[in-house]
Amino acid sequence: MKSERLFQYFLKLGGVIILIVAIGIAATLIVGSIPTFKEFGLNFIFSSDWNPTEGRESYGALPFIIGTIATSILALALTFPFAFSIALFLGEYFKKGRMSSILKSMIDLLAGIPSVVYGLWGFYTIKPIVVELGLNAQGFGIFTSAFVLAIMIIPYASSISAEVINMVPSQLKEAAYSLGATRFEVVKNVIIPNAGSGIFAGFILAFGRAIGETMAVTMLIGNSNKIPSNLFDLGNTMASLIANQFGEAEGLKYTSLVAMGLLLFVITGILNLIGKMVMRKFTA
Amino acid sequence: MNTTNSISNQKLKWRVFNDKLFSIVMMTLAFISAVPLLSILYQLVKKGYKQVRLSFFIEVAPDTMQAMMAKANHEIIPGGIANGIVGTLIIVGMASLIAIPLGLLTGVYLSESSKGKMANIVRFVVDMLQGVPSIVLGVIAYIWVVKPLTSGFSALAGSVALSIMMLPSIIRSTEETLKMIPPTLKEAALSLGVPYYKTILKVLLPTGMSGISTGIILGISRIAGETAPLMLTALGSSAINLDITQPSSAIPLLVWEFYNDPNLVNLIWGASLVLLLIIFLLNIVAKTISKKWKVQY
Amino acid sequence: MESTVLNKTDDRIIQIESPLLSIDRLSVSYGGNKFSITDVSAGIQKNKITAIMGPSGCGKSTLLRAINRMHELYPETHHKGSISLGGEDIYKINPIELRRKIGMVFQRPNPFPTMSIYDNVIAAYILNGIKLKRSEKDEIVERSLREVGLWDETKDALHKKGTFLSGGQQQRLCIARALAYTPEVILLDEPTSALDPIATAKIEDLLVKLKKDYTIILVTHNMGQAARISDHSMFMYLGELVEYGRTKNMFTTPKDERTEAYLTGKFG
Repeated sequence: MKSERLFQYFLKLGGVIILIVAIGIAATLIVGSIPTFKEFGLNFIFSSDWNPTEGRESYGALPFIIGTIATSILALALTFPFAFSIALFLGEYFKKGRMSSILKSMIDLLAGIPSVVYGLWGFYTIKPIVVELGLNAQGFGIFTSAFVLAIMIIPYASSISAEVINMVPSQLKEAAYSLGATRFEVVKNVIIPNAGSGIFAGFILAFGRAIGETMAVTMLIGNSNKIPSNLFDLGNTMASLIANQFGEAEGLKYTSLVAMGLLLFVITGILNLIGKMVMRKFTA
Repeated sequence: MNTTNSISNQKLKWRVFNDKLFSIVMMTLAFISAVPLLSILYQLVKKGYKQVRLSFFIEVAPDTMQAMMAKANHEIIPGGIANGIVGTLIIVGMASLIAIPLGLLTGVYLSESSKGKMANIVRFVVDMLQGVPSIVLGVIAYIWVVKPLTSGFSALAGSVALSIMMLPSIIRSTEETLKMIPPTLKEAALSLGVPYYKTILKVLLPTGMSGISTGIILGISRIAGETAPLMLTALGSSAINLDITQPSSAIPLLVWEFYNDPNLVNLIWGASLVLLLIIFLLNIVAKTISKKWKVQY
Repeated sequence: MESTVLNKTDDRIIQIESPLLSIDRLSVSYGGNKFSITDVSAGIQKNKITAIMGPSGCGKSTLLRAINRMHELYPETHHKGSISLGGEDIYKINPIELRRKIGMVFQRPNPFPTMSIYDNVIAAYILNGIKLKRSEKDEIVERSLREVGLWDETKDALHKKGTFLSGGQQQRLCIARALAYTPEVILLDEPTSALDPIATAKIEDLLVKLKKDYTIILVTHNMGQAARISDHSMFMYLGELVEYGRTKNMFTTPKDERTEAYLTGKFG
């Protein structure tokens, strides 16, 4: 009996360690960014001046917040038609069979490609096309990064949506067919209304992915510390800034980069929670 | 009557046309996603296959001077990615050593206490950890390990970052696999007088083996290609380094270094190709295990 | 024309004079060479309730679904033989149009959970993209809900979701949804199998009332139900139409021993 108890506690230990790790991450980021918030207050978030020159040091995250949101939203918009089509294909039109297994392994392969390889592809294949089309002189920028991000998040957005579409009860679809609806009308009037919240959750989770994505963006966005003036302008994201400047950072710059990490942690955490909560509600 | 009929006929044709059009557009869009995939694979194979020789696996990365000389003499750039391969093996191996036992333990805990406040909090936290960007975990490992423990960049710090990254998928797959096992199996073992912990170790875990190992291998394949957190922790090294308290290279780090060095840039293709092959191989292994070892209840 | 449709030599199959729906040597397969129903021929009389009985797996649902071509939702299906509605081959009509003439009610009540009661009743018009004036919609909703006896219970909650209704009410809502589209034939696939006896009785009364305006085909494995409300009964076994006759005759003097075995509870 005693060993029984002990084992129960031992199992619980795993959960406790996870909690400690999570609390540790949050606490570390908060403590690490205190000097920055002491010095700049909320200006850290609302100032657009990122200047490491000694004596005139000033760190404002706004250009990077805007850069992050702009790339991620654009990526989400670009990915939507493709990811939604894949989800419908796998969740409704071809649930089984050869076509669907080909598409499924394609999605798996897309999900397996490392970020840095996507970056290379963006640099050597997409960037020249962007220049060619005259969208941007150097080919770097928000649009180029968002385009590559859009492909990177296809697997996340489509797999959850496909699952949710697959879960729409067949009796509802049959009811609609028996009233003379075409398949397209069933998609529009039965599948989308019933699976909508789940599809939304899938895209929110994919959005969170896009926000935290680092390498491919670093290689493509142009790393300019100004607020981008349009979607083809150069810019920078929070994750990419940390990757570029953390190595040699000290003092206020270091704590400001940790604070940037905290912002990222909070934003992706909230998005992830919204997504999971909608999913839970949907599956319950 | 006739006019209404012809109107409804026209409308019917329009609706059927719409329906067809929609499915064609949908299928086209779905398969357009194959274009970037094929483009990436084509590029890597075409530009990288020549570099992937035996020496590519057993020699360390060349320095800029060597590469410049070779280029000037129109020779193939010498060297390989052995330092990256060894580094990846050490960093990923150590990350697995940390994450697998902890992940299994937590996964079993969650599946065994499906209700309960504590378990729900842990589940919530695991969900949240899953969404933390890898770069943030790099920052964390830097603060936890690089600064206080190894007083400098180290392979260990990289492992810590990657282990936190792979934890959620191990925990989730363990929990979900174990929950699928019918409770009668557990009851049967317990009714034979087998103690609780032995029931879990000898009955539940082996039964869930295929699902759990699939989750672990997918977790490994997810971290094997990570670059950003390693830039902040393992940093990179030009030599093979077996000391985990020292900076270490890794294949994705080498890709990044080659990319940034105009003399070495040609090596990105071979290195990326090897990295991609490793990841795809892991995925295939995971799929095979989940198919072949599938336990029928 | 109709005389060739029916197999006159077999007295286990009754002859219907000028049937609304005639099924001629119909076989349906869900893929490959295995047929779920084989060689079924029968005429269905207008404004009657025709019950299809038989043990599970006998093909009664398949026969029902072949009548409004719902079986085609499974990609591998194919069929032989034909069905005609008022002399027109249904396999030559677009299924969209066919289903306007032949409505269907399912085993489990399946109102659309994202639509209000009101929208559920006119769902066919919404789904088919048919624009109606507000007054036309109101009229259809009221008429259909009155027809199924649900008007008084729901008239104050028309714009709420239908999911708070009881199972029996939901099923009547689904019948109203089918009626709203003014079909000629209504197919019901074990419509009361998920309901309690009181709700079942209400639906049975409703069906008897509806037959003066509609032709009703009812799949049931509740023999009591077939005996209570149907005019004609089919008995199917292993994909074959074993016997088809007046319900009264079939229950008192079945002509086939398999029918008798089923009706006396030897299998089923």
